[in-house]
Amino acid sequence: MWRYLIPAGVFAVLVGFFVVGLHTDKQTLPSPLIGKPAPRFELPRLEDPTELVSSEQFAGRKYLVNVWGPWCEGCQQEHPALLEIARRGQIPIVGLTVPQGALADLQGNPLPLEQVLSEIQLGLRWLSELGNPYDICLFDQMWKVAIDFGVYGAPETFLIDERGFVVHKHTGPLTIADWERDFVPKLGREGGVDG
Amino acid sequence: MIAELGHFALILAFCLALPQAFFGLVGAAYNKTHWMDASTKAATGQFVFAAMAFACLAYAFYVNDFSVLYVAQNSNSALPTFYRFAAVWGAHEGSLLLWLLAQALWTLSVVAFSRSLPQVITSRVVGVLGVISAGFALFILTTSNPFERLWPAATDGRDLNPLLQDPALALHPPMLYIGYVGMSVPFAFAVAAMLAGKLDSLWARWVRPWATIAWMFLTIGIALGSWWAYYELGWGGWWFWDPVENASFMPWLIGTALIHSLAVTEKRGLFKSWTLLLSITAFSLSLLGTFLVRSGVIESVHAFASDPSRGLFILVFLGLCIGTALGLYGWRAQHFTSQAGFALVSRESFLLFNNILLVVATVLILLGTLYPMFVDALGLGKISVGAPWFNVAFLIPMLPLAFLLAPGMHASWKRASFGRTKRLLIALLVLALLLGTTIPIAVYGWRSVLSSVGIVVALWIAFASLIEPIDRLRKGHSLSASVLGMSLAHFGLALFILGATVVESYKKEADISLAPGQSAEHAGFVFTMNELRNVEGPNYRAVEAEIVVTRDGQQVAVVYPQKRVYRVQQNPMTEAGIDGTWNRDLFVAMGDPLGEGAWSLRLQYKPMVRFIWLGAFITALGGLVAACDRRYRQRVAAEATQPVAADAKPA
Repeated sequence: MWRYLIPAGVFAVLVGFFVVGLHTDKQTLPSPLIGKPAPRFELPRLEDPTELVSSEQFAGRKYLVNVWGPWCEGCQQEHPALLEIARRGQIPIVGLTVPQGALADLQGNPLPLEQVLSEIQLGLRWLSELGNPYDICLFDQMWKVAIDFGVYGAPETFLIDERGFVVHKHTGPLTIADWERDFVPKLGREGGVDG
Repeated sequence: MIAELGHFALILAFCLALPQAFFGLVGAAYNKTHWMDASTKAATGQFVFAAMAFACLAYAFYVNDFSVLYVAQNSNSALPTFYRFAAVWGAHEGSLLLWLLAQALWTLSVVAFSRSLPQVITSRVVGVLGVISAGFALFILTTSNPFERLWPAATDGRDLNPLLQDPALALHPPMLYIGYVGMSVPFAFAVAAMLAGKLDSLWARWVRPWATIAWMFLTIGIALGSWWAYYELGWGGWWFWDPVENASFMPWLIGTALIHSLAVTEKRGLFKSWTLLLSITAFSLSLLGTFLVRSGVIESVHAFASDPSRGLFILVFLGLCIGTALGLYGWRAQHFTSQAGFALVSRESFLLFNNILLVVATVLILLGTLYPMFVDALGLGKISVGAPWFNVAFLIPMLPLAFLLAPGMHASWKRASFGRTKRLLIALLVLALLLGTTIPIAVYGWRSVLSSVGIVVALWIAFASLIEPIDRLRKGHSLSASVLGMSLAHFGLALFILGATVVESYKKEADISLAPGQSAEHAGFVFTMNELRNVEGPNYRAVEAEIVVTRDGQQVAVVYPQKRVYRVQQNPMTEAGIDGTWNRDLFVAMGDPLGEGAWSLRLQYKPMVRFIWLGAFITALGGLVAACDRRYRQRVAAEATQPVAADAKPA
């Protein structure tokens, strides 16, 4: 009476799909920005919020934009990988520091700088404790630039080329394996040399 | 110290689940009374230590012990005490501990209420439940320890997710887990019957109350979740076909099929292997739901925190439990065939259709939920299946099911005969047709054929479910709890169908902008914003609007919708302002500030929306009443004496 084994067979097929499902990468959602110009931005530096930095400054170079926050566990996980990438010195890394939620009052206006200073200090303390892989860090108090980049949550990492186009997006904690597989081939001539 | 005590109690609970499983199953196989006794004692001990571990975690929340990582992640010193307790099951680790406690509680209940059953049966059931407990305890200990310390301790906690700071949602998970876990009892009985190679109508009578009570808890849990989503998420919807919702709905549908199939097995000794399969499937879908929700296989963008090792553990555990049970089924089910037949129009055939349609609905929902995963696993891209697909797919099997319900309730067993009720049923259908078309059209206007069909069938079921109670009361006959429970459950279902049909057909929604002093008209009501004020809550600040609703110049209601920002997590939450009467809700939710004091508001008029949850709770109550039927206690005790005597306990 083989027909009583049909449920077990169906179940086995399901489990097979689940095994594959566990190992497929859920986090790479195709970004609509790939192959399009990266959003322009002008933001205060984390180290000195009075100084505004604009995306024009990076024009003509390849660079990484890494979205992170001191509250984010995944960022802590990927931090060693970022430090290693910075050590290899293949590409400048721009940190886009975001608070856990937009720091705004109930009318949606940004909170004054004195009130968000503690958030900035949290970020600076993280960098001094864990090491600073960033060439420059920008503070995005209202998630404005992060939303322009289509960020779902931290961490996310974008590779931007000389023309200012987004070449690759990585969602979730970055590992050295991810870096070598997905980013390094896209770095081109000047990026090929290790160390 | 308390956290370590809790951790230790959890380890002991795991250590006791092992002998509970071993002595229960092996003791029954070799008929060793002392071994079987040891199994039930281990089960009692396992409950004590699971409860102790749970109490320790609750205490850590109560005293704000932020040196415990889980407490620091899910609580805050400003969190009100009630929510500090609810926070115990507010995230993955603690909710698993609740799961384990519920499992131990069900096991203890089986031990307590099955004294009249043959010891070999009880022992096998307790043994199977022990295997499940051991698996969950090991899962918690190896991948999800809630007692892990945080060093140095946090000065304050990260707070409970604001979405969960709500009374309905505090109760929703315990109800749901008790229901999920409760499905393990019919599962264990099924495995026990297959191991014993014996399944009779007595077995069905033992299983019925357990299946019904577990199903009742699932019903309440799902209804609470739906109610919460309605007023807390701010969109005014009550069901979203979200994978997490589907994960709870699928065991419910199979559970519903199971309690109907058990009726046939008990009364007529039919559908035996089918009932076994449903018992296995109901619990399998509970486990499957846990896997889907916690492994990150389904959720995509918010799955950063999910840990692949957790997913792998549940998958292996799920594979072992369900695989073994289905393997056993494939091997043994052929022994459970029945010879007796039944006529094409009989209660058996109605219940057969009920089962087929419920299973078809479950399969469709399962396919819709897993389809994105299948496509992704086959490398065909990333897609999602939306609510419109589910709405249509679910309706296809449910419409015929609703129409079969009224005659099905009154069909006789075995024979093709309705007796005197045939004419009454037709008369009630005509009455339902008259009322169900004229009244809604007079009150709300014409909408569509489908909405009229929904209302008519709801009324027909409601009338038909009252026939038997009224008939018996009028004749002075006593009304058994079984019949009363069944009538209540079907009446509740009728209210649910009525509410769902009316609200989906006649709801009116509008997005408008209002500043203090301005008013807007919607669905015959005038909404005036009197003022906006700032409100300070214990752990949040909020903007509150006072909105006066008038109709024809008469004040109808004042509602106070809020936009809250919780201090720690900083994400904005919408608290809808709702004015509810029995036949309609007025629902006002604040959207975004538009500048100069104006806010975007979502106004909704929701006719008869409360019937959805009222119906669900009456249905659950029906389950409770039916499970309390005296024959589950009395006759079990009387009839069980024979097999016990035959088994001849050596002691």
